[in-house]
Amino acid sequence: MRKNLNVIAAYSIMMGLIILVGIFQSWNIALSIFNLCLISAVMTMGANIQWGYAGLINFGIMGFTALGGLAAVLISVDPVQEAWSAGGSNILFSLFLIIAMVLAVRYILKNYKKSKNRTYIVAAIIVLGIVIIRFISEPGIEAIENVEPAKTGFLGGLGLPIIFSWVVGAFFAGGLAFVIGKVALGLRADYLAIATLLISEIVIAIIKHEDWLTRGVKNVIGLKRPAPYEVNLQQTDWFINLVEKFNSSKLNLITDLTERQAALNQLVIEGSSVFVKLCYSGLFLVVVIILLILTQKALYSPWGRMMRAIRDNEEAANAMGKNVVKQHLLIFVLGSAIVGIAGAMLVTQDGLFTPGSYRPLRYTFLIWVMVIVGGSGNNFGAILGGFVVWFLWIEAAPIGLYLVNLTTAGLEDTHFLKVHLIESVPYFRFLMMGVGLLIIMRYRPKGILPEKIEIK
Amino acid sequence: MDFINAIILLLNYIFVPALAYGSQLALGAIFVTLIYGILRFANFATGDMMSFGTMFVIIFTWYFQSVGISLGVFPTALLAIPFAIIFMVGYMLIIDKFVFKYYRSKKSPPVQLAMVSIGVMFVTQAVVRIIIGPSDRRFFDGEKFLIKAGEFKEMTGLNEGLAIKSTQVITIIVTLILVSTLFWFLNKTKTGKSMRAYSDNEDLALLSGIDPKKIVTTTWVIAGILATIGGALYGLDKSFKPFTYFNNMLPIFAAAIVGGIGNPFGAFLGGYVIAFSEILLTYAYRKFFMYVLPESMEPGGLVQLLSTDYKFAVSFSILVIVLLYRPSGIFKGKVL
Repeated sequence: MRKNLNVIAAYSIMMGLIILVGIFQSWNIALSIFNLCLISAVMTMGANIQWGYAGLINFGIMGFTALGGLAAVLISVDPVQEAWSAGGSNILFSLFLIIAMVLAVRYILKNYKKSKNRTYIVAAIIVLGIVIIRFISEPGIEAIENVEPAKTGFLGGLGLPIIFSWVVGAFFAGGLAFVIGKVALGLRADYLAIATLLISEIVIAIIKHEDWLTRGVKNVIGLKRPAPYEVNLQQTDWFINLVEKFNSSKLNLITDLTERQAALNQLVIEGSSVFVKLCYSGLFLVVVIILLILTQKALYSPWGRMMRAIRDNEEAANAMGKNVVKQHLLIFVLGSAIVGIAGAMLVTQDGLFTPGSYRPLRYTFLIWVMVIVGGSGNNFGAILGGFVVWFLWIEAAPIGLYLVNLTTAGLEDTHFLKVHLIESVPYFRFLMMGVGLLIIMRYRPKGILPEKIEIK
Repeated sequence: MDFINAIILLLNYIFVPALAYGSQLALGAIFVTLIYGILRFANFATGDMMSFGTMFVIIFTWYFQSVGISLGVFPTALLAIPFAIIFMVGYMLIIDKFVFKYYRSKKSPPVQLAMVSIGVMFVTQAVVRIIIGPSDRRFFDGEKFLIKAGEFKEMTGLNEGLAIKSTQVITIIVTLILVSTLFWFLNKTKTGKSMRAYSDNEDLALLSGIDPKKIVTTTWVIAGILATIGGALYGLDKSFKPFTYFNNMLPIFAAAIVGGIGNPFGAFLGGYVIAFSEILLTYAYRKFFMYVLPESMEPGGLVQLLSTDYKFAVSFSILVIVLLYRPSGIFKGKVL
């Protein structure tokens, strides 16, 4: 108990801050911060597995998040029948050709010795394959994108409940991570960082511009929800009764019946959005707790010890007979899959998929700030980092505004400096993140909750 | 005649723009490679440092314009660059003193320095946005075109026009002057040689009495000059927007690595490799083939290898291929 005191203290302070936001701003804001904190926590757990356990830098978090989001779209949206009949066969045939091409290349690579000729043949197969696939897929893509472009213009998905996409998102991200890992994991640390950063940009470019699959920058809106809709809730009897019960003391003060009804309506509207957010919080909490248990178990298992050994001294671990390359690949896939879950959760919560909003600053670098600030190698630290940094990211604007008002109190309201500073308040969050990261890296390089390995 | 038309077409839409874009990338790539070679970390704040320098160029340009100083046909920004460089170098030295120096003296692994540079990236981005705002700004003045498409057509009687923007010419000339001075400095002067020695083998360089402080300061000064000029040229040619500059970091990294990181000459050529492949692969060749081929063989489609949306993706794919087959880059840099 005693040794976990700092963990408990840090988490209670964090929850206290969120509750303060609930009391002073509104419960709606507090809960939306809390939900995004939970999603960020899942992302940081993924990044923490890679960086904290194994020392692998993955700057491609944005790409895996986007793939998770894509999974949410492909699972939950109803299939667009006209689009399938217009160009589905072409797309399926192209897909088949891609698989055939990959298998052919694999066959050649496996069965023939390395030579110049082999390289040329492989290159020829790839180039030819791409040309043929383009010829076949082009009319199909065009036909699909012409099916009611304002409404659909894409193939749609499977029409399943969106919750499934959390698993599928993990598989998507893991699959991509497998390919990237095969290609890039041999590189040295900062090379790997740059390579993954650029690969994630390629992923985003594809998601943005392949309209037949993702609707691209036209966005997919109105995704299905795992939680009830506010409008439906507001007309359900049990919910109205529940709100009435909760606020009975407040409502009883109002004697006039019509006024009371109006007040109740207002409360029901507010309550419904809080209730929906609470539903999400519950779902996300389940994911976070399951992942936390799994990652903690893994950390203290023989496998976790092996990962730390590989991280701390690759050569020694190799000499002890551990397959470093294989373990690196495994952990890269696992971590990325967790990030993929977070991506699907994010889209589930927003109810929309906007490929244009995936930017490296928000989805890669901010997550890294979370991991570093929270404490790499420590799951509790990583989750805390997700909470603290996301909380600051959202609350930076009010804090910045307060600071600006405080420092420029002597100036008139119309003074150009004050006006300019107040206009640029949204950018104080960058400053806060940067300074925070620099200070933590300098004075507490292991993060708020440092890695602590207990030998049991 | 058709053949000349085709050549002019390619010059106008591929060669000249790619040369200008490549020069801008090349300056950034040399910046990355110098920091990597001498200070030994991947600087993720590259794009934002460039936007920081450009911001000062813009501020000084505005000042000169308000006072009424101009260079006539040349953009006023050229006059502002030297002043901006002073501020930029000052900023870099301050950052080095308060941030990077600590980790250098502790001999931290490069990864840690790269993480620190992410902190610097956030701070720089905030400072730029707070001072000048996130919006798109154009600060070009003076004569816009050296040759206008219409004039060229009249002059030569060809169907295709060749338009050369003065910013493109300025970019290419300034880059050539700057890069040749840099190579002269690195290869001929004593400080330059000691910088190369330090980059090659730190311990040996220290043993032979090279002062590391001087090397580091010189590196930051050169880096500041490169970043400011590279950023200003990009801003003159296109426009200044902090977010675009941040994104430019990616092709710049690609250029530096393709050329062989740590190798300035490689970075210089890497910039052009990236720029040309981006534009060559995403250009629609339909008109070109219409000129070259006989009428019966005219192509139906756009004859475009990749849609322009994938411009960035092209350079990154090249990078991935280079990383796979030649991790040290085309022109052997440090083997990583």
